[in-house]
Amino acid sequence: MSLFQIDFGNEDKPHKVVGIDLGTTNSLVAFMDLTAPKVIPGTDGSPLVPSVVSIPEHGEPIVGALAVKRLITHPDRTIYSVKRLMGRGVSDVQDELKLFPFQIAAGSESVIQLSLGGKRFTPSGISAHVLRQLKRNAEAYLGEPVDHAVITVPAYFNDAQRQATKDAGRIAGIQVMRLVNEPTAAALAYGLDKRENGIVAVYDLGGGTFDISILKLHDGIFEVLATNGDTHLGGDDFDNLLLRVALEDVAAEWGMDLSGDQVAVQTLRRAVIDAKHQLSTLAVTTIAFHYQGRSYRRELTRDSLEKLIAPIVNRTLGPCRECMADAGVTPEEIDEVVLVGGSTRIPMVRQAVRALFKAEPHTELNPDEVVALGAAVQAGILSGHVHDKLLLDVTPLSLGIETMGGVISKLVHRNSTIPATASETFTTAIDGQRNVLIHVVQGEREMVRDCRSLARFDLKDIDPLPAGMAKIEVRFLIDANGILNVTAKDLRTGKEQTVEVKPSYGLSDEQVEAMILESFAKAEEDFNERQVREARVEADRILNAVDKAKGDDVYMELSDEERALVDNSIAELLLAYHGENHHLILDKLEALNKATMKLAEMMMNTAVRSALKGTKIDA
Amino acid sequence: MFSGPPPSDYFAIFGIEKKLALDVEDLQRRFYANSREWHPDRHARAGGEQLASAEAASATLNDAWRVLRDPVARAEYVLKGEGFDIGEQRGRDVPPELLEEIFELNIALEEARDGNAAAKAEVARALAKFEGLLGVLDSQRDRIFIEYDAAADREILASLRTLLNRRKYLQNLVRAARAALV
Repeated sequence: MSLFQIDFGNEDKPHKVVGIDLGTTNSLVAFMDLTAPKVIPGTDGSPLVPSVVSIPEHGEPIVGALAVKRLITHPDRTIYSVKRLMGRGVSDVQDELKLFPFQIAAGSESVIQLSLGGKRFTPSGISAHVLRQLKRNAEAYLGEPVDHAVITVPAYFNDAQRQATKDAGRIAGIQVMRLVNEPTAAALAYGLDKRENGIVAVYDLGGGTFDISILKLHDGIFEVLATNGDTHLGGDDFDNLLLRVALEDVAAEWGMDLSGDQVAVQTLRRAVIDAKHQLSTLAVTTIAFHYQGRSYRRELTRDSLEKLIAPIVNRTLGPCRECMADAGVTPEEIDEVVLVGGSTRIPMVRQAVRALFKAEPHTELNPDEVVALGAAVQAGILSGHVHDKLLLDVTPLSLGIETMGGVISKLVHRNSTIPATASETFTTAIDGQRNVLIHVVQGEREMVRDCRSLARFDLKDIDPLPAGMAKIEVRFLIDANGILNVTAKDLRTGKEQTVEVKPSYGLSDEQVEAMILESFAKAEEDFNERQVREARVEADRILNAVDKAKGDDVYMELSDEERALVDNSIAELLLAYHGENHHLILDKLEALNKATMKLAEMMMNTAVRSALKGTKIDA
Repeated sequence: MFSGPPPSDYFAIFGIEKKLALDVEDLQRRFYANSREWHPDRHARAGGEQLASAEAASATLNDAWRVLRDPVARAEYVLKGEGFDIGEQRGRDVPPELLEEIFELNIALEEARDGNAAAKAEVARALAKFEGLLGVLDSQRDRIFIEYDAAADREILASLRTLLNRRKYLQNLVRAARAALV
């Protein structure tokens, strides 16, 4: 009935762009609400979606809090901290794999493939499930399709890790408008630009990665001066350390080694994480572990936790000092320090930051939410809603090409503002040579073997000429996402030259396309299904209301035509109701609304009259 | 709004005259103003060609800012533009009046790396002296900048190149000495 307004949605509206923090432990989605960014709660009311995916034997993957429960009941089918595997090959993650219960499939040299229940999953594919859940949460909350997003990455992520994140977005049916570095996003969220010309350090210790960025703020411009970090350092390392000690302790007490028992390991892991969290506010707590009818309890003090984790905390200080040197600032010149990431709740971490930067760090914003909030601000910048702010970020690693003898010639130095570009002219070494292969690496060392291979670019179909005559200009562009793009031009003919890209790590374009096709139809169907379901709920409401109204005396006061119109509208709505087009359902719903407008008014008047007379009427 | 590619000359990108002595604060203001117009984030909605050319313009702007804000990189850019070879000259870069001290420093460095405490002390003394020299070279450089801006003379540029090469040589020594003392 005409008692509620229905938003029909507007097809011409610009795409809603959301901000997503795809974290090691938790992920969040946020959006720009009028003037301020806001996190979006999930179905359980919490904006934090644990980055855990469980693949049941039958049915759809389970994501988030429900998957966390399955870490203990189905450890062999439940994947966590997959961010640590993004953009990596199996040889990069040997240490991690000792602690992860996952099975690695053969052929994981350039992309890790997790083998699970006879199927293979890539880290990008698993992350896509988390992204899809965030997309669903955002769509349910905002009431419109969401397929554009800004996704954050650790500032120190290399090209392959960034590409893997972008691939995850594509697989989830999200157009990734931009990758933003997490510490930079945090700075945006804090809105520290209100001060003139300040220098800000952002210390970001998350579940799996550590970043430090130093920014100069000027009138809405956020210029990153330098960044540093370690993509293999985070709260997970504290957990693993505690877990190892606890396993040894249990083994000594119970006389049995549980390290091969995944259910036991995950249960104990949960217990040490709980203890770690408690020690952020308490001086002493107990690790409580119950398993197969036996109980283990061990007191843990903050002091002993600190002794254990001190070496890891100290590992963050070197990158901080290097970052200050690269930015050309001293601790005294830093005006503000911002803490980001769940691990910065640990008092010892705060103390270390305070001592290094000689400043009291900002902790006003929730360290779990601040990155997503910043991503939403960046989404606002990209969609034109935020005009006064602009991020100028840098590339964390130098880019170079392999020359004679495995030596690197650097093209773009680390901490260069992006987009950044460099050109190099290549020629042929022998007569009639048709191809030139360029090996691009990332890293700070002099030799290829000490850097990370990024990709091999094959310049193809070069005109056959005497050696040294061909002149191919290759342009390397690191875009605002920190991802390398390569184009080449034949300087003799001015023609664009074909470049075939062979990424050293990561999925090929074809692989990503195949994964998109596999998931896309499904995702589209999901959203449509949900829209139809919601429209039907609305239709049920109005149909019930009209049904009741038809029993009211005033119904007979309507003219025959008016009553016929109501009946017709009901019939049409019912027809649409059983179809799959939610727009049609909403259209017919609105028509019925109009047809019953007069009836609603008449009933309202009667109700008011009765109320004035003090007569009780049934609703 | 953004229109077409920016000039390829770094000074022209900022709308300033070619000068060696620059007001870096003014340059920064111009960099920020241009960034606000050219940065790809400002053209994300337009997409396509416009986004691509904004990306290219922004990349050139960033490169220009990186070069011109740094006095050494700026001087090398001008030297290169005037046809000077700015590569290292090996032996000729060694300041002749310092030959003996550099020789001694190199010996001390070797010994300091082996953990010799007396050698370390000597490295520290030499480091202080060479750091002071770097400061002297920098003020000489700034004087040459002003001279050249007043009268664009190739002779002045030639002396600038010699100075920069010496500076680079000393800078490497200082870096090695600092590393040996850590």
